[in-house]
Amino acid sequence: MTEQPMVRFDNVSKRYGSLTVLDGLNLEIARGEKVSIIGPSGSGKTTVLRMLMTLETINDGVIWVEGEPLTHMRQNGKLVPANLAHIRRIRAKIGMVFQSFNLFPHMTAMANCIEAPITVLGMKRADAEARAAELLDMVGLSQKKDHYPSQLSGGQQQRVAIARALAMRPKIMLFDEVTSALDPELVGEVLQVIRQIGREHDLTMLMVTHQMGFAKEFSDRVCFFYQGKICEQGPPGELFGAPKNERTRQFLHAVLEAG
Amino acid sequence: MIWDWNFTLQILPILARAAVVSVEATLLGFVIAATLGLVLAVIRIAVPWTAWTISVLVELIRSTPLLIQIFFIYFVFPKFGLVLDAFTAGVLAIGIHYAAYCSEVYRAGFDNIHRGQWEASIALNLSSWTTFRDIIIPQAIPPIVPALGNYLVALFKETPLLSAIAVLELMQTAKIIGSETFRYTEPITLVGLFFLAMSLVSAALIRALERLLNRRNAR
Repeated sequence: MTEQPMVRFDNVSKRYGSLTVLDGLNLEIARGEKVSIIGPSGSGKTTVLRMLMTLETINDGVIWVEGEPLTHMRQNGKLVPANLAHIRRIRAKIGMVFQSFNLFPHMTAMANCIEAPITVLGMKRADAEARAAELLDMVGLSQKKDHYPSQLSGGQQQRVAIARALAMRPKIMLFDEVTSALDPELVGEVLQVIRQIGREHDLTMLMVTHQMGFAKEFSDRVCFFYQGKICEQGPPGELFGAPKNERTRQFLHAVLEAG
Repeated sequence: MIWDWNFTLQILPILARAAVVSVEATLLGFVIAATLGLVLAVIRIAVPWTAWTISVLVELIRSTPLLIQIFFIYFVFPKFGLVLDAFTAGVLAIGIHYAAYCSEVYRAGFDNIHRGQWEASIALNLSSWTTFRDIIIPQAIPPIVPALGNYLVALFKETPLLSAIAVLELMQTAKIIGSETFRYTEPITLVGLFFLAMSLVSAALIRALERLLNRRNAR
């Protein structure tokens, strides 16, 4: 028996009215695998993450997380839409970092990192603070724990957001264009943190990115999305080195030209 | 003589006691309005299928005169077995009436919260209760304090309507003094001055609170 995939998209579709954003997506991600999603805007790549985080509903198909359906549950042998308790139980395995950080502006960096561990996991404040202090230290911000988001640079805010997500001990981390809103000189510090958690934690990571260099160096696999489908996927060496598909070649050519 | 100072001094203590009733009605009414308004606004978002019912209810309350609602609670509710004394009925009517307005203010406050705040709350698996309590409400309230404050002053200025069901607040007391002594100039003028003074004081307090909140938010 092969090991259960961490995440499996089984024929998942997403439509907005007559617009099909994702068309029968099939994608398996193994435990600990680092997968990058690239593609032109509007290709549905961010939707993949948003569906997995349950920020978007799905119209067709089933998303499986460690062998359990994410937004469905079994009833009399059939899959029916899950209740909130089920969704929250599965969702607890997933953390997400957003393009626009989405830190809570009325809370310090520390308060941002202990809010969910205390209210959701029921951790004691002292324990949650100790854990958050470790994580803030890991992202290089132990000096900034009492600062509010508005007092931090974009790169620092994004690193707090990463610490905040990790504080919930997810098994899967989603990174949605996490460096796109940053000034160019701040991109490196955030990528450095992601590199580090990729090394130190046994996390499954799924990232949508425009940083082709980072995707190439960091990922085990790269998926190129085009018009709601995976157009081509493979190890970064192959996909970037010798793309088989014409669309992929065009996209990479355009991106590398611009970059 | 148009203005009698002796008479003024004589009725001042009586009016002062009535003023306490007016202020009590205002504060109790506003506590109901602010709380119920918040509850309505939260339910409307947290339980989507209630949204239509709540918006109809709010529209109904806002589109009928407060005086009719006061009469309704005081004179019609007893027919259904709910007998309330005049003060309670009046405060309840004022509270519910202004809750309808306050719920719209809260709603505007919630609408102003960036979508990313809700999404981050979901990504952190917060319950909807925790999301409202710790994330949404603390950010939504400071910007709407001025609007809520305006309704506090407006509510206060409507308490004379309670005289219609014989609550012994300022207006009712002034009317009684007038009808007993045939002097209306002093009592009515004093009541007007009292409302003017209290409104100005409240407005100043609200501005101070607003400044305080802005300073805290500017961190």
